[in-house]
Amino acid sequence: MNLLTTSDALPSGALLLANTDDVLARADEIRRHPSVVLQFPKWTDGRAYSQAVLLRGRLRFTGNIVASGDVVADMAPLLRRCGFDAARLRADQRLETARRTLGHFDGHYQATLAERHAAAAG
Amino acid sequence: MYRYTAFDRRQVRQRAAQYRDQLERHLAGELSADDFRPLRLQNGWYVQRHAPMLRVAIPYGEVSSPQLRALAHVAREFDLQDRGQPTQRGGFGHFSTRQNIQFNWIPLARSADAMDLLAEVDMHGIQTSGNCIRNITTDALAGIAPDEVVDPRPYCEVLRQWSTLHPEFAFLPRKFKIAVNGAREDRAATGWHDIGLTLVKDAAGTVGFEVAVGGGMGRTPIIATTIAQFVPWAQVLVFIEAIVRVYNLYARRDNLYKARIKILVKAEGERFVRAVHDEFQALLADPATRPIPTEELARVAACFADPVQARSEPAAAAPIDLDHPPAFQRWLARNVHAHRLPGYRAVTLSLKRTGQAPGDATADQLERAAALAERFSAGELRVTHQQNLLLPWVREDELPALWAAARDAGFATPNIGLLTDMIACPGGDLCALANARSIPIAAALNERFEDLDLQHDIGDIALHISGCINSCGHHHSGHIGILGVDKDGSEWYQVTLGGSDGSELSGPAQPGKVIGPSFAADEVPDVLEAVIDTYLRERLGGEPFLHAVRRLGVAPFRSAADEVRRSTAHVEAVA
Repeated sequence: MNLLTTSDALPSGALLLANTDDVLARADEIRRHPSVVLQFPKWTDGRAYSQAVLLRGRLRFTGNIVASGDVVADMAPLLRRCGFDAARLRADQRLETARRTLGHFDGHYQATLAERHAAAAG
Repeated sequence: MYRYTAFDRRQVRQRAAQYRDQLERHLAGELSADDFRPLRLQNGWYVQRHAPMLRVAIPYGEVSSPQLRALAHVAREFDLQDRGQPTQRGGFGHFSTRQNIQFNWIPLARSADAMDLLAEVDMHGIQTSGNCIRNITTDALAGIAPDEVVDPRPYCEVLRQWSTLHPEFAFLPRKFKIAVNGAREDRAATGWHDIGLTLVKDAAGTVGFEVAVGGGMGRTPIIATTIAQFVPWAQVLVFIEAIVRVYNLYARRDNLYKARIKILVKAEGERFVRAVHDEFQALLADPATRPIPTEELARVAACFADPVQARSEPAAAAPIDLDHPPAFQRWLARNVHAHRLPGYRAVTLSLKRTGQAPGDATADQLERAAALAERFSAGELRVTHQQNLLLPWVREDELPALWAAARDAGFATPNIGLLTDMIACPGGDLCALANARSIPIAAALNERFEDLDLQHDIGDIALHISGCINSCGHHHSGHIGILGVDKDGSEWYQVTLGGSDGSELSGPAQPGKVIGPSFAADEVPDVLEAVIDTYLRERLGGEPFLHAVRRLGVAPFRSAADEVRRSTAHVEAVA
């Protein structure tokens, strides 16, 4: 999980999606981009988690998925498990805290999409 | 009961450690109150009127004696305060309609210590609050009811695991409640849930689920709509994933009161159903989608094997022994329930008694219940939707001994299903959301209808009291519902009649009808008495209260209630 600060630039050529956008309807456009930026207007608005899952699961999107907006340190483990590669944290958040939040659990009940895809590929 | 694996245990302990890290950051000023709030909520920590409230999950209502003792320890060592008014010193737990237990007086600074202690007995507050998938609830008689089609507990456990710390569904538009019923009689109020699952078998005997979506109480009471008649059990998590994903992406987030799935289902109708089925089909078509493995269900189901053996010899004559006093016969009739296994009974320990709020148990009482379960019920208890405890594995020939012991412990009030077996939320005495108090109303009604002969004469009736429209006391589904409302800073109570939870006695789930403007607190016992008197006068033969309300309509009850208005007589005249 790549943790970014607000001074880090978003990847060039990234497609910016609103969390109300229908990612399946925009599949072709999304596939033409190396990166997609998904938005959290409020950190407790969880729509972009489902968008990321659809990008990875339904569209098999292999580019970068970046979380942006009101992103707090404690979201890092959820973002990673939903298929985000990077999170640009809100200005007041500490990178070291976000890093620490990634280390609390040594496993989960739900397999990640990457694990499921690997299993499906045999 | 489900036995935690090393993995299950690690999850709970790691969750407690994660919470401690968040609490420490909050106390150190790194994590603001606003940012900490959603995190503590998802661990069961509300901030209430006096202190934070801790809600501990009791998955599908099953709890062991050692767990109950740990809860007693929390009540005594963490909840009990040495300051404040005597009524504000805590030291007790409150069992909720969703089969959980709540504590009201634990200081936030000690919250992480409480979580560590609970983790020692595989307990936690994970997802007992917040906008996520909450504790899965079911029939308190799961696995032992004679009318059971399929034991729901293994499926509840699989659902518990699937929904625990699900990364995609941790920040939904609003809370999300799933209930599972495996019997012919719906004792889980499935129609009132965001998702109501009913276990069924098809013609070939294959197990599956009928799935209903979009039930809920609150300001807009709605009964769930069936959107699938039969989802094979192995695919049920996939189907639920489809429902929750559609909900997460498309429900309203602009208005707290319009954010539940019931509003989306109502607004979108067929389009919602189609979106769920399309998502379900798309998931099934994906080779990465995994149904529940048969061996995993078998592993979980093995945990729920009967802890006792059916008794082949005829049971002793004890239960019908006429030498026993009438009080015992009465207890047998109300608190003792039929069992799937010959020679066994299920017994409710009533938590509805004079001097204590409905569903409350002190540390001592929790320990006594734990001891009763150890002696009479293989160390297992259930929390019922009606806020009582239930012993699921009681030998028929031990009923007299259990009765004596339960009486000693104050658990033997023979009132199960009767008027004083009322459901009530903690209300304004403890809850910061409440508009009015529930506990004094419950106490006043308990006093008014204390006479057991009268209660037995009135018969089966469900009285539900909520201190506000959030409906934690399920007033909508009460045969008699009482809702606390606030007008100009005073407490008023709206009364509804004819609500139903969807059980056989009550008929299809439906919200009750309001009988006129709200009543003043001191009028409520008179109003209830007027309503009950009307019923006793008008009933035909053994017609239950609810059936009489349906036959007569609310009008005669409303006029009887209006007759006893005092302070609100003027309001009524101008309304």
